[in-house]
Amino acid sequence: MGGFLADAERFVIASESARMTAQNTTDQQAGQYLTFELAGEAYGVEILKVREIRGWEPVRKMPNTPRFVKGALNLRGAIVPIIDLRERFNMEAAPYTPTTVVIVISVETGASGPVVMGIVADAVSDVLDIEPNALRDAPNLGSKINTRYMRGMYVGKHQMVMLLDVDKLLNPEEFVDLDSLSTGQP
Amino acid sequence: MAIDMAQFHQVFFEESFEGLDAMESGLLNLDMGDVNVDDINTIFRAAHSIKGGSGTFGFTAVSDFTHVMETLLDEMRDGRRKVTQTAVNVLLGSVDCLREMLQAIKDGDTIDPAAVGAHKQALDQELAHPGQATAAIASASSSTMTQQPRPPAVDNDQPAVIGWTIAFSPHLDLLKTGNEPVRMFRELATLGELTSTVDLQGLPDLFDLDPEECHLSWKLVLNGAVSPDAIDEVFAWVEGECDLARMPIHGEHPAAPPAMTIPAQDAPRPPLPASIPSDGKDAKKDDTKASGKASNSIRVDTSKIDTLINMVGELVITQSMLSLIGDRFEVNKLDQLKNGLSQLERHTRELQESVMNIRMLPISFVFSRFPRLAHDLSSKLGKKVELKLVGEHTEVDKTVVELLSDPLVHLVRNSLDHGIEMPDIRSAVGKPETGTVTLDAYHRGGNIVIEVRDDGKGLDKDKLRAKAIEKGLIEPDAVLSDKQTYELIFMPGFSTAEALTDISGRGVGMDVVRRNIQALGGNIDIASELGKGSTIAIHLPLTLAILDGQSIAVGDETYIVPLGAIIESINITDDRVNRVAGKGETFLLRGEYLPIIRMHDIFNVASAKAKRLTEGLLVVVEGQGLRCGLFVDDLLGQQQVVIKSLEANYRRIEGVSGATILGDGSVALILDIPGLMRLAHQ
Repeated sequence: MGGFLADAERFVIASESARMTAQNTTDQQAGQYLTFELAGEAYGVEILKVREIRGWEPVRKMPNTPRFVKGALNLRGAIVPIIDLRERFNMEAAPYTPTTVVIVISVETGASGPVVMGIVADAVSDVLDIEPNALRDAPNLGSKINTRYMRGMYVGKHQMVMLLDVDKLLNPEEFVDLDSLSTGQP
Repeated sequence: MAIDMAQFHQVFFEESFEGLDAMESGLLNLDMGDVNVDDINTIFRAAHSIKGGSGTFGFTAVSDFTHVMETLLDEMRDGRRKVTQTAVNVLLGSVDCLREMLQAIKDGDTIDPAAVGAHKQALDQELAHPGQATAAIASASSSTMTQQPRPPAVDNDQPAVIGWTIAFSPHLDLLKTGNEPVRMFRELATLGELTSTVDLQGLPDLFDLDPEECHLSWKLVLNGAVSPDAIDEVFAWVEGECDLARMPIHGEHPAAPPAMTIPAQDAPRPPLPASIPSDGKDAKKDDTKASGKASNSIRVDTSKIDTLINMVGELVITQSMLSLIGDRFEVNKLDQLKNGLSQLERHTRELQESVMNIRMLPISFVFSRFPRLAHDLSSKLGKKVELKLVGEHTEVDKTVVELLSDPLVHLVRNSLDHGIEMPDIRSAVGKPETGTVTLDAYHRGGNIVIEVRDDGKGLDKDKLRAKAIEKGLIEPDAVLSDKQTYELIFMPGFSTAEALTDISGRGVGMDVVRRNIQALGGNIDIASELGKGSTIAIHLPLTLAILDGQSIAVGDETYIVPLGAIIESINITDDRVNRVAGKGETFLLRGEYLPIIRMHDIFNVASAKAKRLTEGLLVVVEGQGLRCGLFVDDLLGQQQVVIKSLEANYRRIEGVSGATILGDGSVALILDIPGLMRLAHQ
């Protein structure tokens, strides 16, 4: 029900992400990443995937979804799910403060096309230009985050940034696996 | 060619399919006794544009085929050929064939040459009908499919035309309109032996020459019994952009060149320029590519778009007025502000309505296919049937239109097959020999009603009952109301047709029809009178994008229940609650035990205020024939909500059919009652 309305919305998103992928192919030289903070650590996402950044506002809970799906937000008429990355990575939950932000990201899921999701982060920090050769493979230290959700790691002068592969991390299909492993509830 | 033609394919196919529909309805409307030239013209024009389009895009198979049809139609148009039922049937068959060809090209499939050949043969036979041979045949025979030689064209009033001299002087701008004389000459050369002499007199000095202008003119001699139409057609695209004069060369013409003795038909077809087949292949390739990302487009009445633009204009005016007030606000402007806001509200609502209106299509999109269906079926069954279409302009949501088509086909087939009697039976009972089937569409409230009425034999209650008992669908002693008896035909596996035909009677139709209609949120009613006929009425919501909803509160959460699913809302008293096996709860309502679904349990709402059943309300709902009670905190209000998909950015959630945005901008989930019941079962 209501599927056809989504088509029109998808079209807008699709055209935007088409523009993005077109740019992606040409930016092999240097990628721009938006970095944000999560429990004191720095993470980054490709800036071309970011659609907007907004302050945290209460969302509508969605029943029977994984814990880290905080709920759904009305983003100018589109229903956008909001994911808490702390909970997604099984970190300690933190209360939402005035600096808590929602980064709205366009996710390429492959099978079900592009979708838009929001991630909750403690704060946004910076935009970094990162040369591809400055990217290192993510260390597999048995860290809290599965390396399959990482694009790599960037070690700067002052900080170390984990670059996330949002297409994998925020793919709704992936939520099933992770969930049955961690919490065991549907 | 630098231009990517594939981008126009979609439009071409859409227009062609529309053209085919127009041809079909035109052919069906032809009155054998008194043929209206306008009708034939309409059909001819449709065929002509399909031919032109397919030629442009390099779909030669289609253009060749259409060409033969066009020839036949042309003769009918000029009154040289009588419009006969056989000819119309052949043309109808060809329309189907063309539709399949176009569909095949669209889908990137190969065209079945055997089927096309058969239709073409039928057309050719119709063309070659003795006594009807005319000049136009010559051009028809230039097709590659038929190999049999044809007599050269003979015009009784004049000596045989064995060739033409053509003086062709293009205007300077000819090249700018994308026309290429060489291509036209190549086309001419396929009709007969062509000699061309170029006239360079108009050519300016090299320094003055603008290479985009055409300064040449030609004198062409075409040998062969070519019809004037065929020549005109070659030059059809440059009409008005050149000076063209053609003079026939007659048999005894002294200036006739010696080559005249060889009729064009016997001459081997000149090899096509290499570019044309390769164009065709390219087009095909592009096509497959295009079909991969098949877009769903909609044709919208221009007046609707104009309304929309007007609305937006109004909205912008209101907005600037409001911002003006906002810039320098004083308390005495409060009235103005209120005024402006109410205007804004009105414009927004109107805008929303007109945007919704864009999705609305007239029901004639569905109805238009039925005259053909009725025509084919009635001749197959040997019945005389008149199909009446009423309320074709009633508008429905595009999705509804698309999903309505199959159920309606079932119903119309049933009416024709089971409802309408054979002519002799009809006259025996004093009815006119010709039966009437009426398709009637109209709005009633927020619904659209579509009725399929026939004046046939009606439903026989006793027969239905006997059949249902025989099939074991009801108990022999079951007491059924009239309505219940009629509804037996919707039971799976029920069919009253004595003989199973390939048209209907397999007993799979009606239950599928009802399911489809219910899936659209509608319902279906039957009324019938034995010997007088039956009426089947489909009630559907106007649009699937808007829903009448009841908001309910569970703690801090707000959910929307489709209003249509709600039967009643009641307070719960403890003495009516039964706990089954310690877990499931049921509520006794008028002798029926309703399972209670506690919303706060099933959706894990911790903030729910009502934990004990007596503290909240029970909303009795129905879904897929089952009833249950939803235990909620409170009822909030009724409102129309716009349905938004959750799947667009997430995935399906069991028990939730979608989401909507409430007046305060927050999201509310719309409950899916059958899904909730499944969830509660787990």
